[in-house]
Amino acid sequence: MTLAERSATAVVWTIAGAVTVFLLTPLVVTVIVSFGSSAIFTLPPPGWSMRWYERLANLRGLSSALAVSFQVGLLATAASLLLGGMASIALARGRFAGRETILAFLTSPLMLPGLVLGIALLQGMRFAGLRDVWTSLVIAHVIITMPYVVRTLYSALTLFDFSLVDAARTLGCSYPAAIGRVLLPNLAPAFVTSGIFAFLASMDNYAISIFFTNAWTKTLPIQMLNYVEEQPDPTIAAISSLLIGLVLVLLLICERVVGLRRLAEI
Amino acid sequence: MIAALKNRLARMDRIAILAVPALVYMIAIFAIPVAGLLLRSFSGPDGFTLAGYVSFLGDAFNWRVIGNTLRVAAITTLICLAIGYPTAVALSRARGFVQVALLVAIILPLSVGVVVKAFAWQIVLRRDGIVANILVGLGVWDTPQLLLFTETGLVVGAANLFLPFMILPIYSVLKLVDPNIQDAAATLGASPVYRFFKVALPLAMPGIVSGSSIVFSLAVSMYVIPSLLIGDRFQTLATLVGRSFLLMRNEQLGAVTASVLLALALAIVAFSSWAVRRKGDSR
Repeated sequence: MTLAERSATAVVWTIAGAVTVFLLTPLVVTVIVSFGSSAIFTLPPPGWSMRWYERLANLRGLSSALAVSFQVGLLATAASLLLGGMASIALARGRFAGRETILAFLTSPLMLPGLVLGIALLQGMRFAGLRDVWTSLVIAHVIITMPYVVRTLYSALTLFDFSLVDAARTLGCSYPAAIGRVLLPNLAPAFVTSGIFAFLASMDNYAISIFFTNAWTKTLPIQMLNYVEEQPDPTIAAISSLLIGLVLVLLLICERVVGLRRLAEI
Repeated sequence: MIAALKNRLARMDRIAILAVPALVYMIAIFAIPVAGLLLRSFSGPDGFTLAGYVSFLGDAFNWRVIGNTLRVAAITTLICLAIGYPTAVALSRARGFVQVALLVAIILPLSVGVVVKAFAWQIVLRRDGIVANILVGLGVWDTPQLLLFTETGLVVGAANLFLPFMILPIYSVLKLVDPNIQDAAATLGASPVYRFFKVALPLAMPGIVSGSSIVFSLAVSMYVIPSLLIGDRFQTLATLVGRSFLLMRNEQLGAVTASVLLALALAIVAFSSWAVRRKGDSR
């Protein structure tokens, strides 16, 4: 290696190291603050304490917001796995005109400003006379989760060898049995990863949810932003740390099911 | 023959039907309301009007807002590219534990909420925060300064949030590039600088274009980060949309601002897909 190449390699690894630190900074800070005894986020903390976690139990509005976010996230993810899964099969297998356009359309909410979508959806639902917060949230969140599901399932389906289904049928499987025993197990990783990403996107959504929540029904990000704005104390860091823990567990599941390397390809 | 054709046709239709529920849902819940919002921005007391746009574009404040939005998004994208490209290169060369560690560092933050991250950056960027302490310790600053509520702080938070969306597309392209190409160019006498600009960079271009367009469009429409890291003094198109609907209850202004933002986002999408396709054709 020449000197220029060696210094280029050194620069690349230095930047990669710095980027790793930079990316993990907010997560590390959050976890440290949540275990610190200081109420004003002193870093490094003067002492350690679990009191912010103890306060979580009787924090007003937290458990209901968590419940709303979980329910809405699960329902929206399930709905888009069903609708998006069917559409992906049609797009990957069908030979009809306009497939590219339909694919672009189904994944387009990802590229549009969330706030604009939220306003449009709000006005649409007002026009339709739908006032129930919970139902509106679920309906709106399907728009958030759909692009993740369609994008991942479609690319997995285009790589799937459909002659395997034909082979199973030749060997005596009925068509539904062939789908259930051959196609679905093969696509399970794609279902799991797209489902997890869709669920996390729904759990994290602020820009669309803000238009559908009221004083009584709030999703987690909105409730948390309220805490940050009203009475910032490390309790928020404690919630956040628990969420980071949850995501770590989900990522470990992904790693077991599909491997992180494939996750990065999505 | 005709029977077989009919059979094929029937089968094609059956499969296409599977896409119908999702399409109907997305048209009813997503496409029609977005179209409705666009229409609303053109509607006045007596039908079609451009008055909303005329007054929006006639206001110097709004031009400053558009300028703020584009400037912050452009700087964020450039920073993400400058540090994201080398990281993607490192990721494509890494093996084993290092590779897994890098991937975790990139994917884990991706799945942590924006409110959580913005909150953490509030702590880090305070006057007595880590960054200020380090800069004073290094002698860069004489006294600790406030980074929070400045444009620098906003860009730091935004770059942190969107960096994975730059790294992953570039990585997915680099991974497919044959490493022997570099060696071949070297064997043929290309200097390292020449190889970087004429071999490595063009090969990575599809990833760079798609990463940059994702980061730019995310940065143009971010809302939570500016509200928490810079506050009301500094308005972007997205925060202005939020303000007009959530605080001022001015739906006409909101619809116009939202349409301007939507047009910007669509322009970015159109430009990047055009750039990627042109790149593909020139191969």
